[in-house]
Amino acid sequence: MKLLFDRIDEPELNTIPVYERRGGYQALRKALAMTPADALNQITASELRGRGGAGFQMGKKASFLPHGDTDKFLVCNADESEPGTFKDRELMQKSPHMLIEGIVIATWAAEINRAFIYIRGEYAHQADILEAAIAEAADAGYLGERILGSNHSLSLVLHRGAGAYICGEETGLLDSLEGKRGNPRLKPPFPAIEGLYHGPTLINNVETLCTVPHIIEMGGEEYAKLGTETSTGTKLVSVSGDVQRPGNYEIELGIPSREIVYGLAGGPPEGREVKFWFPGGSSAPVLTKDDLDLAYDFDTMAKAGSMLGSGAIIVVDDSHSVLEVAMKVAKFYAHESCGKCVPCREGTNWTVKMLERIESGEATPMDLDIMASVQEQIIGNCLCVLGDAMAMPIGSMVEKFRDELEAEIEDARGRAGVGALEDVIPIGVAE
Amino acid sequence: MVPRFGHGSRVPGWDEAVDLTKPPAVVPDPATTRVPEELRRTIEAAMAKYPDRRSAAIPALHAAQEVHGWCSPRAIEQVAAVMQLTPAYLTSVATFYDMLETTPKPSNDVYVCTNISCSLLGADEFYEAMLAAAADDESVNVRAFECLGACDIAPMASVNGEYVGPLDNEDADQIVDDLRAGRPVLKHKQLRYRRCADPGVSIELPAEEAEDR
Repeated sequence: MKLLFDRIDEPELNTIPVYERRGGYQALRKALAMTPADALNQITASELRGRGGAGFQMGKKASFLPHGDTDKFLVCNADESEPGTFKDRELMQKSPHMLIEGIVIATWAAEINRAFIYIRGEYAHQADILEAAIAEAADAGYLGERILGSNHSLSLVLHRGAGAYICGEETGLLDSLEGKRGNPRLKPPFPAIEGLYHGPTLINNVETLCTVPHIIEMGGEEYAKLGTETSTGTKLVSVSGDVQRPGNYEIELGIPSREIVYGLAGGPPEGREVKFWFPGGSSAPVLTKDDLDLAYDFDTMAKAGSMLGSGAIIVVDDSHSVLEVAMKVAKFYAHESCGKCVPCREGTNWTVKMLERIESGEATPMDLDIMASVQEQIIGNCLCVLGDAMAMPIGSMVEKFRDELEAEIEDARGRAGVGALEDVIPIGVAE
Repeated sequence: MVPRFGHGSRVPGWDEAVDLTKPPAVVPDPATTRVPEELRRTIEAAMAKYPDRRSAAIPALHAAQEVHGWCSPRAIEQVAAVMQLTPAYLTSVATFYDMLETTPKPSNDVYVCTNISCSLLGADEFYEAMLAAAADDESVNVRAFECLGACDIAPMASVNGEYVGPLDNEDADQIVDDLRAGRPVLKHKQLRYRRCADPGVSIELPAEEAEDR
């Protein structure tokens, strides 16, 4: 079942004539013939969960916005920066009008007249395509005043970021869009109540908004029949790392993970096997090869102690050490921490230092306990979840691969010639 | 000078101490600050798009960086004059974002992704090869970058905004050659021409393109 990726490679799908020829902008006509409340009901009935990472139901989020005559905003989060994630890039590059149509419908449903797309600065090619598509849509009457003769008016502005992972966090994104450093805000108030320029703001991911026209076309209840009971619909998964056919795939939620990693992406190279995998971007706790038969949906991943996140599967095969991957993860979050909250700023940097101690042969197994406790002190103690996003995968690696890390500690001590572990009495452990 | 780790990333925390020997810079006088006409128009057009003019800070700094090569004190002063903001405000924005440079930089940017998926497939080796290839070319700015969102072509790099991959170490020299010659960089490896990996989305390809695959 392909919805978002249906004939995605069709030449010039990024132009209105081709998009319209295959039924584009028909869902918008259908939605504009409904009342906003009815359009929102369709989205709610679809039980569509946000595709950006948090998995919160879109209809519910939109219903939190106050009604009435205030300046409300929709912000499309196209700051796709979660390591391993590249699905929105392909959607925006190849089918920008699907996103625009989704935005026009969503703003009609939530009674919003101003919308912004915040795209990461690195996606220059995709931003150029979107900019051209927005101009084309405005010329065709799909944007602007009284769209298609209805009561709906919408201005849509593309905003390019300048390289900061934290701007994918919704409140960091809002600050950045207001022209500030991208520091996250204290919540509550949540953006649906007080967001961009202090107005109520609906923030949705590119893939979420691209799904909206399909929901209107099929009907919300029909869409909800796809996937599983609590994870409805199709999902784009970005598979990368040690696989033979990396790329984006559209799947129905709930299929076995093995089918994605091996069936679609071809599994690790010949002679290698999966050691562990991130099911939802580098922020997700890792799962091992024993978890490959789990169904790939929001709830099953959560029950397994991880998360579906943005749908980015990173596969690591047995030729790589856990330490090497942990170091990459920790360095990334240390670099991207905005520095506002102490547990995140310090915790990410100390985790890097502790991993470097392992590498240089200065560590003892007690460092692993300290490292685990640092992760516990980060989780839930910051304004946003950037720190948690490092703490969760690092914590899971220490827990699941402790034996390997202890062996690594021993080996590194040998290489550095600092003496075997039995000669060391760790502080606090001496009798 | 923004402190950086060995691998190129910024060290988080304080970017630069305040120079207390100088009086604080005030909002520049638009009447006496000379701004290139095109830059002024770009910034004014950006400001007009938002309910609050400050939202144009990033696009304006970007435009100024294009003109001046980096966010130099003069570039920032010009943006400040058009936007009627203090240079300090704009500096605080410029120092936050990886793509805005507050120190002079070469004109060609090669961002090598060294995040997880790319490094699993050899990005760290490619980064070394890229540094070596560009070592005697002062126009090339090689930087290790965080995930650029193109793990399907890992290991990859963004050359002046053009995504290329999967890269071999030999491609490093080709990138420098292409930049020197002013050619499109590694055209056969550009992401913009890549088809979707999902076998279920197939459409009929023109015969010659089908052969290329």
